[in-house]
Amino acid sequence: MISLTTKHIDASEVLASVSSTDAGAIVLFLGTTREFTHGRRTASLDYECYPEMAEKKLAELEAEARRRWPLTGCSIVHRLGRLELGEASIAIAVSSPHRQVAFEAGKWLIDTIKEVVPIWKRENWADGSSEWVHPGLSKSE
Amino acid sequence: MMHRVKLFAAIRQRIGRDELEVELPSAATVRQLRGALAEQFPPLAGVLAHTRIAVDSEYANDDRQLCPASEIALIPPVSGG
Repeated sequence: MISLTTKHIDASEVLASVSSTDAGAIVLFLGTTREFTHGRRTASLDYECYPEMAEKKLAELEAEARRRWPLTGCSIVHRLGRLELGEASIAIAVSSPHRQVAFEAGKWLIDTIKEVVPIWKRENWADGSSEWVHPGLSKSE
Repeated sequence: MMHRVKLFAAIRQRIGRDELEVELPSAATVRQLRGALAEQFPPLAGVLAHTRIAVDSEYANDDRQLCPASEIALIPPVSGG
């Protein structure tokens, strides 16, 4: 299951979507909004995406994970819009007959999502300034 | 031929719009698009080297040829997750 949503992510719903008596393990990853980054205080985050492509890429990654590992279930939910501190920006739930596969697939999914899915976050700092986060791009460029 | 290009995040902020239009010869490649963007939109010059270009929701290499119906987007380094 793939979902891009502006609503609060309910982790128990995501877990339920991959639960099955065929599974012996479920791994749930939540990415959450951190208050301090390198000592700087965050007030909130805004996420935006290129909707058509983000949905397509997430579906491709789910399909690729299912090809690589024997998964029972795989769900990815990404939040968009304004997030307050502590809220989840992403939930990835993977179930499989054995735990090793679920851990590997879950790690691969979050690592790959962070490289290829066209979603961006803006840090709204507590001092009132804000900036889009583009790893590898310096502000002067 | 005029092509519309979708913009996101810091690039959208820099240009001040969520789409721009760029003039290209017909059957131009992504490489030519990059050149035209740098020339016609100076604020993009620095970021283009770090920006991937998506054609029809797929990352495109510089040899990819554009057609009038192609949906083009600039994808600066992503930060989802």
